[in-house]
Amino acid sequence: MSNEAILHEADVHTSHSNGHHDEHVHHHKETFLTKYVFSQDHKMIAKQFLITGIIWAFLGGMMSVLFRLQLGYPETTFPWLEDILGHWAKGGKIQPEFYYALVTMHGTVLVFFVLTAGLSGTFANFLIPLQIGARDMASPMLNMLSYWFFWLASIIMLSSLFVQTGPASGGWTSYPPLSALGGASEGSKAGVDLWIISMALFVVSSLLGGLNYISTILNMRTKGMSMTRVPLTIWALFFTAVLGVLSFPVLLSGFILLLFDRHAGTSFYLSDIYLASGEALPNEGGSAILFQHLFWFLGHPEVYIILLPAMGMVSEILSTNSRKPIFGYMAMVGSLFAIAILAFLVWAHHMFVTGLNPFLGSVFVLLTLLIAVPSAIKVFNWLTTLWRGNIRFTPGMMFSIGFVSLFISGGLTGIWLGNSSLDIHLHDTYFVIAHFHIVMGVASFFGMFAGIYHWFPKMYGRYMNNTMAYVHFWITMIGAYLIFWPMHYEGLAGMPRRYLDYSSWESFKQFAELNRFISTVAMIVFAVQLLFVFNFFYSIFKGRKVTSQNPWGSNTLEWTTPIRPGHGNWPGEIPEVHRWAYDYGKDGREFIPQTEPVGANESAH
Amino acid sequence: MSQTITADRKWWSGGKSPFNVEYGKLMMWYFLMSDAFTFGAFLIAYGTIRFSSNSWPDPNAVFRTFPGVEGNMPIPLAFVSLMTFILIMSSVTMVLAVGAGHANDKRKVLIYMGWTILGGIAFLSCQAWEWTHLHGEGAWWGRNPFMNIDGSQSSTNFTNFFFTITGFHGFHVFSGVIINIIMFIMTWQGVFERRGHYNMIEKAGLYWHFVDLVWVFVFTCFYLF
Repeated sequence: MSNEAILHEADVHTSHSNGHHDEHVHHHKETFLTKYVFSQDHKMIAKQFLITGIIWAFLGGMMSVLFRLQLGYPETTFPWLEDILGHWAKGGKIQPEFYYALVTMHGTVLVFFVLTAGLSGTFANFLIPLQIGARDMASPMLNMLSYWFFWLASIIMLSSLFVQTGPASGGWTSYPPLSALGGASEGSKAGVDLWIISMALFVVSSLLGGLNYISTILNMRTKGMSMTRVPLTIWALFFTAVLGVLSFPVLLSGFILLLFDRHAGTSFYLSDIYLASGEALPNEGGSAILFQHLFWFLGHPEVYIILLPAMGMVSEILSTNSRKPIFGYMAMVGSLFAIAILAFLVWAHHMFVTGLNPFLGSVFVLLTLLIAVPSAIKVFNWLTTLWRGNIRFTPGMMFSIGFVSLFISGGLTGIWLGNSSLDIHLHDTYFVIAHFHIVMGVASFFGMFAGIYHWFPKMYGRYMNNTMAYVHFWITMIGAYLIFWPMHYEGLAGMPRRYLDYSSWESFKQFAELNRFISTVAMIVFAVQLLFVFNFFYSIFKGRKVTSQNPWGSNTLEWTTPIRPGHGNWPGEIPEVHRWAYDYGKDGREFIPQTEPVGANESAH
Repeated sequence: MSQTITADRKWWSGGKSPFNVEYGKLMMWYFLMSDAFTFGAFLIAYGTIRFSSNSWPDPNAVFRTFPGVEGNMPIPLAFVSLMTFILIMSSVTMVLAVGAGHANDKRKVLIYMGWTILGGIAFLSCQAWEWTHLHGEGAWWGRNPFMNIDGSQSSTNFTNFFFTITGFHGFHVFSGVIINIIMFIMTWQGVFERRGHYNMIEKAGLYWHFVDLVWVFVFTCFYLF
């Protein structure tokens, strides 16, 4: 089905085809280097983040395929694995050390490099100036540096994969003492140093980006674009940036102390340790739990750094494609704010069983469960936005609806895990894996896919192929549930995460078939992501060209720019804004762009 | 951009800056908030470890020396008080430089920035002496020669945190001095004069005051308690 068929063609072309398509304001000379590599144009930087993110997503996804292979087929040997991976897969079997390295890097790569840099790096850069009516970010220079610090972090993380002793393998949380003592395991040697350095550069990148996003949103909105008129994407990206700016520095402090513990003989996190060899270490007086506090003070806001941009984009796409105003705009803003505040107050729910004072635990239970309130408000607002809407099932819309579904399914299990007494049973089991993969991993990926399909025409002036997009959606959607739903049962039965082989455990043997099933589906879903990647790159060059300025019939400002906007976004004046972004289906009109003045007989929102 | 400012300003209505500051200053404020969290994390980590320890060395006994004076001083913390005084005075000269900038007085900006830079360098030199002295006494990361106040053997975390946090602060002072030197040169070359305003001096000033403020907390946590 073509986009025009979905969009009831006639309505869409009537709007805003008023000229200046190929005019460019700035005619400075651009070389390949300044245009594609050291670009200071926010749109190009967004694409750089996106494509780097896609490469990382491929690598991170590939790692999960490798370890799912081992988990699904623990008895089988795969000689070709040894051909590729050498001693990491001796005899065609993934070795324990390598398995830990794989799960560690899978987590690190997807949480930080894909769903933080790849998601908010892409869409904050792309959408903020376009949707608030600015020529570029507040500081294009810092913005460019933000990408290049990310690139440097990427290169270092990538190089750690090729170190003799292997990459970091103490889990993506890198808890000491395992991560602090090189002697503890192979994966605690040079790999961890590179991991820490890479992450420190990543923090710098995130800080430079975040400062830019905040000051651009607060200070560079066009005339009439009040904070209560900005699209919800902007609110979401704003809170994301604030979360990042305030939580990443704490992680940086934690990492600096960890680096000293590794190399300067300090004992910030170390005390009373005997190595397996029987050797006693001299370190006294430190606390391993201190690191967990510092880590999760970032780690919890981090999940909202991942989730909020997806929420914002989904709100925008759902409203546009339901041809209805978003339900409860201010409630949406309020709940984003509430989530941003609560994000800082719940970190210890990751630590219920690490020796936290049970009284303190009960405080964190209360604060954790409070998050259900703003989350539920958002869910109901999305559902009521869809309710009796004139829904157009564009690929972006499909993924947005998929996001809402996944957010509900994954969010409900969060209520289980937020209870400290239930957590004693569920902690570190597959139940946790299922919960956070659905609610934060796959859901945010869905938000990202929705954003890519929806804004691809603005990014490249072409459409992505819809048939491939629908195949991508349905298989990913069904596959995500088939992979993670059974994990809830495994987790309830007590099956622990991070184990290489369950076949020698009487309690978990029964899940052999289920594990094989999960692995099979995971591989199919991974293959379908390759279809997406193909569709993405193919469409950049060969996709059907966008012919109208506003293909989705959307109200927001990015669709008032030329089809392929130059650096500076608008030829001539930046448009003035007269109304909020959600005047859909108002006064008998399908949509009223933000640039249109409020009529004499019309009530302003 | 030319907007008439009426009696009731709606800061949040767009078209003009909500905090009535330019974006660079806004960015600096958010950066300082971020940096405050970095230092906050360090100091909280220090507090956590210190209060979970049975005892801790007495700063009044540790910090009792003064350059050029044999043995211990009759009063504790004399040298670090001097350091603190120097740093706070450099904040005062920074305020004067910002004030001179508001008055577009290039000569005075240069004079006061010069004093601020000098104050920063003096502070760093003091710190270098203190570190060298402590190192000479056998203190370093992972080595602590000082006994706990109750006479028991101390863990190394007293010196670990001392060197990490004062080092991180010293690095901030160092960056501040570099920034101030750049500001000095730019003022000297007349960059801000041509621009018509000295906003950059003000932003450098924000950073410098922040570094001073952090020192007040570091001083309190490490020397006074």
